[in-house]
Amino acid sequence: MLRIALKMLFRDRAKYAMLVSGLAFCTLLMCQQSSVFCGLMMWTTATVRNIGAPVWVVDAKVEQANEVIPMRQIEVERVRSVPGVAWAVPLYIGIEQARLADGSFQNVQLTGLDTGTLMGRPMDMRVGNIEDLRLPNAVVVDQVAVEKFGRKGIEIKLGTTFEINDKEARVVGICHVSRSFLGQPYIYTTFDRAMEYAKPSRKQLSYVLAGPIEGVSDAELAARISKLPGIRGIAKDDLFWMTVLWYIKNTGIPISFGTVVLLGIIVGIAIAGQTFYLFVYDNLRFLAALKAMGATMRVLTGMVLLQAFSVGFIGYGIGVGLVSWFGNAVLAKGQPPFFMPWQVPAFVAVVIAFICIFSATIGLIKIARLEPAVVFR
Amino acid sequence: MRPGSNQAIRVEGVVKSFPAGDSRTFALKGATLDARFGELLMIVGPSGCGKTTLLSVICGTLRCEEGTVNVFGHDIRSMKDRALTQFRCENIGFIFQQFNLIPTLTAAENASIPLVLNRVKPSEAERRASAMLSDLGLAEKTRSFPRELSGGQQQRVAISRALVHHPRLVICDEPTASLDAASGQKTMDLLKSSALQPDRCVIVVTHDSRIYHFADRIAEMEDGKVTGIFDDPKNYHHA
Repeated sequence: MLRIALKMLFRDRAKYAMLVSGLAFCTLLMCQQSSVFCGLMMWTTATVRNIGAPVWVVDAKVEQANEVIPMRQIEVERVRSVPGVAWAVPLYIGIEQARLADGSFQNVQLTGLDTGTLMGRPMDMRVGNIEDLRLPNAVVVDQVAVEKFGRKGIEIKLGTTFEINDKEARVVGICHVSRSFLGQPYIYTTFDRAMEYAKPSRKQLSYVLAGPIEGVSDAELAARISKLPGIRGIAKDDLFWMTVLWYIKNTGIPISFGTVVLLGIIVGIAIAGQTFYLFVYDNLRFLAALKAMGATMRVLTGMVLLQAFSVGFIGYGIGVGLVSWFGNAVLAKGQPPFFMPWQVPAFVAVVIAFICIFSATIGLIKIARLEPAVVFR
Repeated sequence: MRPGSNQAIRVEGVVKSFPAGDSRTFALKGATLDARFGELLMIVGPSGCGKTTLLSVICGTLRCEEGTVNVFGHDIRSMKDRALTQFRCENIGFIFQQFNLIPTLTAAENASIPLVLNRVKPSEAERRASAMLSDLGLAEKTRSFPRELSGGQQQRVAISRALVHHPRLVICDEPTASLDAASGQKTMDLLKSSALQPDRCVIVVTHDSRIYHFADRIAEMEDGKVTGIFDDPKNYHHA
């Protein structure tokens, strides 16, 4: 009877198309919005992921990765004195103003890497050599800088110069890194030169990056560092989640995206539930005839569930396919944020399964109440 | 029912009522009837006299409140729902007034349903259903959908569906009501020639007097009771 159930479904083209498109739209809405949300959250943690240090040391009051409370440079030495620390280096991160050759300004995120080790260096160098950062006035820019400067008519290539706070910066490399939440270009230089570019202040150390010796975990080392007064050690993964949770708690982003995802669920339930109910309702007389002819409720339940899950599966496939296509298209352009971890399609699959079960249940309640004798009326 | 008896069905003192507001309307008020193997029994009577209700009680799609219903030696009233459904699946073929052919299935697929319900492989079921359709003159229409068939052709598909699994009881509810006179006569001809077997009983509910002569016996109903059995249908004239 399952083959017959599928034939009944596939040959009722109008309702079949309506069901599949409704569920595909619902999947698209939920998957796309969840992926854009995840993409945004990834942007908020771009600094943590780009630098990639195992343990980050920050001021004790810092709540998330993008909040910089400057520390004294002596903190590097204090961190190095903690048992279990294999290495500790300074990191400067600050928003500075770059002045381009045409006189226009562009806010940039200046990243000052430890001069000796270049710890936190970009891994994906597209042009040039990261070691050249040690040359006079050398900076490495990211793909966003190339794009944003390019929009102002300035082609970034090796040797291009611009000014940061009235001091010359010369491009010695172009890298590709995860873009930041605010979309400012990353400009990499050494820590010492970053101190020259940055506006002078008493405290200029943004972070201390640290690594544990063998046998000590990142979390353990972070806990040991946190015992020092005034500073706090945070393992990379913890900082990642602290940052994501901070944005979830303190911004309207989750409400905005959550509303659209909820809308997707409601649209899915409304369209699929209603259409499926109509499909069952239109076939009620035939289902009653099947009941009279000896189809048990178990057989009919199997038929209805198969029909519901067939449209669910196909609609889900189309929806996820469209979102993947959309994702590839936007990733190629770098806008808007898009990141689809496996949990997103898995979550949407569960929701679609729920919608299918809900829709099938509505139909099955109707069928269960159906007296086979109605076929004689 | 005695072993070796020719009696296929025995219905005795059957009462069935339906709720109607605060009270109940009695559709059957102690109906008694028997049907024999190898006969076409017609149940006739005016609208609302309980013909279809009696038919539903006999085939177990409705449960009566009083009386006994014995079909092929099985006490229908005492059977559990699941057993009754299985009993219908194996032993009863149905022909409905509105045909009830599933519009999205072909003639062969529609006719194969009882076989599929009896766990015959779909390909084998369709092959046997196609053969049955060919026997009833629809060899060219096995892949046609109901909307592509005339009323008479649709009823022939319904007859194929009713007979394809060789049931011992064939139940027909107003089989000619949706057909013109010629198609009705042809359908009854076909029904009588193909459905009637020595080990099978055919019960037809109708108020179409033009087909009374196809019956072997006629049971006349009025006001929820069988008021008379007529062994000579050719000379039966409803008062």
